[in-house]
Amino acid sequence: MALIEFTKRGIYCKQGDFYVDPWWPVDYAVTTHGHSDHVRFGNKHYLCHTLTKPIIKRRISEELQVETLNYGESIVRNGVNISFYPAGHIIGSAQVRLEYKGEVCVISGDYKTEDDGISDLFEPVKCHSFVSESTFGLPVYKWQKQDIVFDKIKSWVTDNIHQQKTSVLIAYSLGKAQRLIKNLSGNVPIYVHNSIANLNEVIIDAGVNLPQTIRITPETTKDELQKGIVIVPPAMRDSRWIKNLSHAVTGICSGWMQVRAHRRWQSADAGFALSDHADWTGLIAAIDATGAEKVYVTHGFTAAFSRYLNDNGIESEEVMTKFGQEDDEENKADMAAQSENTKI
Amino acid sequence: MKRFAKLIQQLELSNKTNDKIAALVDYFNYADDKDKIWVIALFTGKKPRRPIKSALIKYWAIEITQTPEWLFSESYSNVGDLSETIALLLPPAENTSDFQLHKWIEDLHDLEGKDDEAKKAFILNAWNTLETQERFIFNKLISGNFRIGVSNKMLVNALAKQSNLDSAQIMHSIMGKWNPYEITFSELINGVHVNTDNSWPYPFCLAYALEQEPEKLGDISDWQAEWKWDGIRGQIVKRNGELFIWSRGEELVTEQFPELHFLTDVLPDGVVLDGEILAVQDKQVLSFSTLQQRLNRKSISKKQLEEAPIGFFVYDILEYETVDFREQPLSERRKILEQLIGSLAESAVILSPVISCKNWDELAEQRKTSREINSEGIMLKKLSSHYHSGRKRGDWWKWKVNPYTVDAVMIYAQKGSGRRANFFTDYTFAVRDGENLVTIAKAYSGLTDKEIKEVNSFVTKNAIEKFGPVRTVKPELVFEIAFEGIAESKRHKAGLALRFPRILRWRKDKKAAEINTLEDLRQLLESTL
Repeated sequence: MALIEFTKRGIYCKQGDFYVDPWWPVDYAVTTHGHSDHVRFGNKHYLCHTLTKPIIKRRISEELQVETLNYGESIVRNGVNISFYPAGHIIGSAQVRLEYKGEVCVISGDYKTEDDGISDLFEPVKCHSFVSESTFGLPVYKWQKQDIVFDKIKSWVTDNIHQQKTSVLIAYSLGKAQRLIKNLSGNVPIYVHNSIANLNEVIIDAGVNLPQTIRITPETTKDELQKGIVIVPPAMRDSRWIKNLSHAVTGICSGWMQVRAHRRWQSADAGFALSDHADWTGLIAAIDATGAEKVYVTHGFTAAFSRYLNDNGIESEEVMTKFGQEDDEENKADMAAQSENTKI
Repeated sequence: MKRFAKLIQQLELSNKTNDKIAALVDYFNYADDKDKIWVIALFTGKKPRRPIKSALIKYWAIEITQTPEWLFSESYSNVGDLSETIALLLPPAENTSDFQLHKWIEDLHDLEGKDDEAKKAFILNAWNTLETQERFIFNKLISGNFRIGVSNKMLVNALAKQSNLDSAQIMHSIMGKWNPYEITFSELINGVHVNTDNSWPYPFCLAYALEQEPEKLGDISDWQAEWKWDGIRGQIVKRNGELFIWSRGEELVTEQFPELHFLTDVLPDGVVLDGEILAVQDKQVLSFSTLQQRLNRKSISKKQLEEAPIGFFVYDILEYETVDFREQPLSERRKILEQLIGSLAESAVILSPVISCKNWDELAEQRKTSREINSEGIMLKKLSSHYHSGRKRGDWWKWKVNPYTVDAVMIYAQKGSGRRANFFTDYTFAVRDGENLVTIAKAYSGLTDKEIKEVNSFVTKNAIEKFGPVRTVKPELVFEIAFEGIAESKRHKAGLALRFPRILRWRKDKKAAEINTLEDLRQLLESTL
């Protein structure tokens, strides 16, 4: 019997009677990370990484019943050994390793292989079967090193300040925002939207070292913002608040910005291909490193990526999931955060 | 090339005309003169000759990246552009280069006549020295398609701003015939070439659709009403004994229409006429589908000449006795035109009639009869109006009759290209034919971004089969399709084809059982022949 099966509620381990990132309420949910398409309201118990706990409590409810593990630690449920390894996606993101009677299965959640300076670096785990995302599973998605991308962002900001324009970066409140803060911190002050500032507090309280930022309040002047970097979540993108800034120019930081068609569709003033997902090269390298005999491909270019693996001697199968609508889901989360935090 | 790459990036990133013009002005301020010539050439569709077939470029890219062909296709369908797909697939460049744009174009030009090995060596070496964005542009130089949302008008405005010259003059100049390998930038924008060139046309004056009640235009006696003919807008230029026929697409189509060649002998020199190329028999306009038999053909058979004889309905005169008449009021131009064309009474060149009406109501009644004479409606032109360059609001209006419509059901969907590459935006529609559905049109415009997302999610959930990028979907969504005409067609299973079909609206209120039938369309076809 296979260790996991794919059900309408999500990835299910029958032997251990738990789900990984289920999208319908279950008794026991193992949670890879805090993005809202991976962790939902209504499960009786949650198991996640230590750093993910305060995040989901903050984002979903303080009432959640949450158990935690650090990377490398494990617990056993009905004979199934569950342990976490860094996925490199965002702070607290984990790959879930399951072992039962010598059989090992790893569920990657979302991951990236580049060191982003803030999440623990992705660690390949040997396994028999591997569940991999494929958000950017096409060979046209190959990222430049993040230093190059950050240099581009910095020079964009410098130009903007010089031209009296306000630099507004659009980034998810959880993950991308902290990565930007960590890597852009320097001479230019960084101003963040409430929803980001709130998460930052939670993350700093949990012991993560995050550079200082300034929470945007009604008292923050346009002039201050013009001389800084403004980071807001996607829900704010077309807001009147941005339109009222002095000559706001928006920059979107997302892997999709690699392709012109997406840049234009998003109608931002600048697009930076900066992703928290593995690129094509990263996906292939990660899968190779697991030595898995079987790879289940979820959200993304599942059909193409799975076919490529099969053609190259790695048995693979595409699996339908409800992940990968991160755009919409994160948007909703940000939107909710925004309404709860009133105006800025 | 780096400067040009930056320009393209700036143009693509902004939707605001002013930003685009600013980027162009900035470019024209600092770029090399020879490069500027090529930028104007590329943006106005003067493509450098293709030295290498796109298929070869694709093949070489596949070869050096060792990408399976199917994976290349998947990538292409996501990216939506061949040049860009290749640019993204290639490994990072190992060397650098910093040649100017014109140097690359000249080097590519020099490849002509060389064997494939030499071409390949050049291309591979170039790829290995260029950054992704430069590579993309380099590939575009080979394939020759620069569609980046810069209209001629925008380009001309930028040039006018940068050079302090009159924009109409620049438009005139860049629309004429010039060779980017020979002309200098200063010669081009000053229009040195156009005086020596007999063929140069004027920019067409275009009209906006009338969206208000015609009464709001004021007194009808200030206006000239004409039929809006459904053919190919054309400009006839006669200078120094030579005749040229230009189409709206700025193409010379003189050879395609021998019926009009007699004008070389009868028109005086220094005359430019604006009008419509139509299929005409006994001074009656025939349907557009008849005219279509005559379009884009290299040679014309005797049969085609007989079945689809060509005529030219004249609207306006732009030049007379070598003098530019465009600044004269329409009423004056019309007088000259009547004298000039009146003398050609028995020919295929016909003065497009003015519709005389005492009031707007009377004209509205006349408009209802448009279809009977194969007209698309009415043109309203202010009698005092100049002949403007391009589209200008206020003096000329098109008051078209409503298009034909049909309710049809979506049966296939395909992902779009360009900015719509990740959404299902190209749909195929069918009507009922007894128990079956038969396709009648493919259309991709007319929905809002929000509707596109909605249809996209329907397609994702209701796809029945995949054929490459195409999805067969459950026949459930009903759309009202507008179209301008209908013609018999042996190529289509339905036996007929719709002209310029587009989505008018999504009929969420209708079920698939309520759509039109093929018989309905056949009856419409009969009535238009």
